[in-house]
Amino acid sequence: METIGDLIIAKYNYWAVIALLIIGLYAMIAKNNLVKKIIGMNIFQTAIILFYISIGSKKGATIPIIVHGHGESSHVVHAADYINPLPHVLMLTAIVVSVATLGVALALAMKIYSQYGTLEEDEISEKIMESETA
Amino acid sequence: MIWQLDIIILSMVIICGIAAISIKDLLGAAIMFGAYSFMMCLLWSVMGAVDVAFTEASVGAGVSTVFFVAAVFRTTRRTRD
Amino acid sequence: MKALGLVAAFCLGGLLFYISFDFPGWGDAKSPASKHVSPYYIEHTMEDTSVPNIVTAVLADYRGYDTLFETAVIFSAGLACFFLLRIPEHKAPAARFYRHLATGITFRIEKGGRLPDDTKEFERIDSVWVPYDVIINMTCRLVVPFIQLFALYVIAHGHHSPGGGFQGGVIFGAAIILFAISNNLRRTLKQMSEQTSALLGSLGVIIYAGTGMLCVLLGAGFLNYGALKSFFGVDPVAARSHSILMVEIGVGIAVTAVMVWIYYNLSSTGKQDEGL
Repeated sequence: METIGDLIIAKYNYWAVIALLIIGLYAMIAKNNLVKKIIGMNIFQTAIILFYISIGSKKGATIPIIVHGHGESSHVVHAADYINPLPHVLMLTAIVVSVATLGVALALAMKIYSQYGTLEEDEISEKIMESETA
Repeated sequence: MIWQLDIIILSMVIICGIAAISIKDLLGAAIMFGAYSFMMCLLWSVMGAVDVAFTEASVGAGVSTVFFVAAVFRTTRRTRD
Repeated sequence: MKALGLVAAFCLGGLLFYISFDFPGWGDAKSPASKHVSPYYIEHTMEDTSVPNIVTAVLADYRGYDTLFETAVIFSAGLACFFLLRIPEHKAPAARFYRHLATGITFRIEKGGRLPDDTKEFERIDSVWVPYDVIINMTCRLVVPFIQLFALYVIAHGHHSPGGGFQGGVIFGAAIILFAISNNLRRTLKQMSEQTSALLGSLGVIIYAGTGMLCVLLGAGFLNYGALKSFFGVDPVAARSHSILMVEIGVGIAVTAVMVWIYYNLSSTGKQDEGL
């Protein structure tokens, strides 16, 4: 039966992921400025990517590029010697999708700025209310 | 996976993340976001994910920061919170 | 609102903290993520595709369908930026700034004035102009070709070292963006116009999907690269290796073009006359 201290020290990567998720979610909900919200969204995305990568690691294993690549044929490969490559593949897609989302989000923010003249969320809400009641 | 390096880089990542959302100057926040991306890239290369670290270095610390700076340049730089 | 956000975030944190005691420890080789499909990928990559970089082989061959749609997602993001921001410039702006190249004098021409002819003596500069700096210009001119060469190296060596289509494509796009930042946006648009970058973006997706369709035309399933052995004239294992290179080139072209396209639209808010 592991002690609580052992549990906390053995899983310190998960605590960092949870801290980053809290930071990203707080920035997306509570910040007024649109660009700060977008930064929070990106922090959230990279924290999720960190979580997946840390799941795929193995103690004492090497990077997922097969050694003795083309030299000797029929070199037996053991799966326990190499880090799990599947989360890496999925997260490559996730990084590229995140930069695509960033481009579109910034384009939307610039369009809102050219329409309302400000990037603060409460001022934009006030201007929308005024234009609706007027 | 050297755990001392892991702890140092993880704490730098969290500090950069908190700084990126707290700075009142939007250009400074964009640069801190670039630093956060670069720290993440170091963390992943220490964990052995070299492909992902390569992509994050070129995409996050490169092109993403340029997009942020371009957007801040064309809108406003000051913010209240 | 801030207090409510903080409470919600900490609730999520508490829930995740409670769940995390069931997760496998860090570095456990027997965790469920490493037991089911990935041992097959690790052990059979060399004999199936003869590509040492397992991540590239899984990305472009075993899971090639996902990568095809990821390329389509990048292209549609560029398209979305274009539709949101692009406005054609059909009237002259209020004031234009010009610099006389021989003496370095800058002057401003108000609306309605006569603009200089398009000769080599006068160069148009942005409204938010900085003094002409020799160091930045010459350094960027010297460095940009080497960055592009490195990008092509990264795409070509995706089989043996970390790299591949995405990384090389982004680096190539970053080289063009560096040229656009150090010189004018207009000079970059003369070298690589927006129409070229849009067409190259779709060309990348077409190359990828075209490789898959070529496999169907030669008798096998979609994206089953072993069928291209008659197209290349080699055995199926080498055919898979060559097709991985082909689709990586397609992905690289698409990513380059879309990064440059998004930069053009973002840095000039759609007007594309004055950049960063």
